[in-house]
Amino acid sequence: MAGEIQNPIIRVRDITVQFGATRVLDGLDLDVKRGEILGFVGPSGAGKSVLTRTIIGLVPKVAGSIEVFGVDLDSSNTSQRRNVERRWGVLFQQGALFSSLTVRQNIQFPMREYLRVSQRLMDEITLTKLTMVGLKPEVADRFPSELSGGMIKRVALARALSLDPDLVFLDEPTSGLDPIGAGDFDELVRTLQRTLGLTVFMVTHDLDSLYTACDRIAVLGNGKIIAAGSIADMQASQHPWLRQYFHGKRARAVMG
Amino acid sequence: MSGDPKLERIAKGNALALCATGTWTASFAPVLERMVADAEKLAGGSQSIFIDVSEVAKLDTFGAWLIERLRRSLTQGAVEAQIAGLSANYSSLVDEVRRVRATPVIDSSTITITGMLEQIGRAVAGIAGTVAGLIDMLGAVLAAGARVLIHPRSLRLTSTVHHLEQVCWRAVPIIVLITFLIGCIIAQQGIFHFRRFGADIFVVDMLGVLVLREIGVLLVAIMVAGRSGSAYTAELGSMKMREEIDALRTMGFDPIEVLVLPRMLALVLALPILAFLGAMAALYGGGLVAWLYGGVDPEAFLLRLRDAISIDHFIVGIVKAPVMAAVIGIVACVEGLAVQGSAESLGQHTTASVVKGIFFVIVMDGVFAIFFASIGM
Repeated sequence: MAGEIQNPIIRVRDITVQFGATRVLDGLDLDVKRGEILGFVGPSGAGKSVLTRTIIGLVPKVAGSIEVFGVDLDSSNTSQRRNVERRWGVLFQQGALFSSLTVRQNIQFPMREYLRVSQRLMDEITLTKLTMVGLKPEVADRFPSELSGGMIKRVALARALSLDPDLVFLDEPTSGLDPIGAGDFDELVRTLQRTLGLTVFMVTHDLDSLYTACDRIAVLGNGKIIAAGSIADMQASQHPWLRQYFHGKRARAVMG
Repeated sequence: MSGDPKLERIAKGNALALCATGTWTASFAPVLERMVADAEKLAGGSQSIFIDVSEVAKLDTFGAWLIERLRRSLTQGAVEAQIAGLSANYSSLVDEVRRVRATPVIDSSTITITGMLEQIGRAVAGIAGTVAGLIDMLGAVLAAGARVLIHPRSLRLTSTVHHLEQVCWRAVPIIVLITFLIGCIIAQQGIFHFRRFGADIFVVDMLGVLVLREIGVLLVAIMVAGRSGSAYTAELGSMKMREEIDALRTMGFDPIEVLVLPRMLALVLALPILAFLGAMAALYGGGLVAWLYGGVDPEAFLLRLRDAISIDHFIVGIVKAPVMAAVIGIVACVEGLAVQGSAESLGQHTTASVVKGIFFVIVMDGVFAIFFASIGM
């Protein structure tokens, strides 16, 4: 246990991902520490989502190793892998809610698979999760097509949290939300991280999120991590893209 | 560090104190629920109630909620139950859980007689709705067609040709193969049974009339409904789901003109061609079997065929094709545009498109049979 606290929760070493002739990630190293909120930024098309999907195991890699919770995902057997998957939650960019299930059924789906829990407790936990992500209980019996974009993100987060994971991946959680909604969402991620002791891996484009929600920031460029550190480190960096990103017009507006 | 969760009663008399220990997490949920249910009965007559959670090794939402559930049910009376010994790590989680308003879940899945009657009523009303929807779409397509006739340049020629390729050209191999086989089977069965009466040669009459009047076009129409009708419904349905059709509308395009009309045109042009090719393939297959299996050589076959069938048989068959194509296309487009937001709905409407398409094709065939019989063709 003590060792597990010190070791990074995600340990990515020398990852290379290639689609045809284009090399998207090229020998990338990354550590995510337990209990932190890591903001992951980079230009569009730099491969942020690809890295997330590679860690989750949806995109095959050419070389390198990935350890999550100290388990090497390549050499692990099925039960070890399921155990890891049970301990992480993923929020996809478009929500990826099951369109033919209600909100309640969506949130209960992982519980039904992994836990042996009574229907009453599942309903109560669903309600708890909905309250946690700031939704009203009435939403529970609606279908995803009847929800607004912001509500879909919240329900998707509730589903990602339904098994009380230790680690959540958020792929652009605030994209498509209005600034107030996005601010609320950042706040929500912070609160959940505090209450549930989550580790959060957040791909984002939102400067506000970086300033208010993230403990640490990693920047992706040319298939590698070009910088990692606190927001102050990022602002001090001389890297041209970082300078433009953190000292551009919008960044100045955010910093006031 | 962690052990099985326990809930022990530590104080007696007027005060009730419960001490929770071990791991209170989702994986122990069944055990936890049973313990909490047992402890809920202990409340009776206590002056003060404490739940001590200082010994809990690990707590998640499930555990926190169960402690909260216990607290709430012990509080039912005048005495409020307190949670004691909460560590700083978990207090915010317990606070979060405390905000949950317990609303009873309404189970709406009960079956009642009125509910069943309501469903039957809705289904019957739905039939009328389906027919109205088909007529509505027919009208919209005809109106769009008339607009195109007035302004021929507004016809989506590229789209029509693309669909013609999908529906007609790419369907040729499978249609020809299947109708060829059906022709073979009809001829073989005919010869096998007619031989007993020494009437082998009449198989040519049967094959000719059957294939040209009925089987050729009906079989091809059913296959097109399964092949292209379902594709139309799925295409339009997923466009509807992704709001692409709404996007078209807001840009000032009429979805009927842009999406439905080219598909309908392609289908109406394709089905007569496919029906003709199908009929030829069936006759060829039948002729081949008649020669190899029945000993009717090709020359005799053709001679007999010329006597047996007239151009009327061919016209009766081919006239039906565009009408059936229109029916299939309209059903497919109506179903596609009726798709709601979910994947399940897309599946249901695609199924409905094929089932209704085939049903209406057969009904139309019956109507045509009566019509041609009464005009003596």
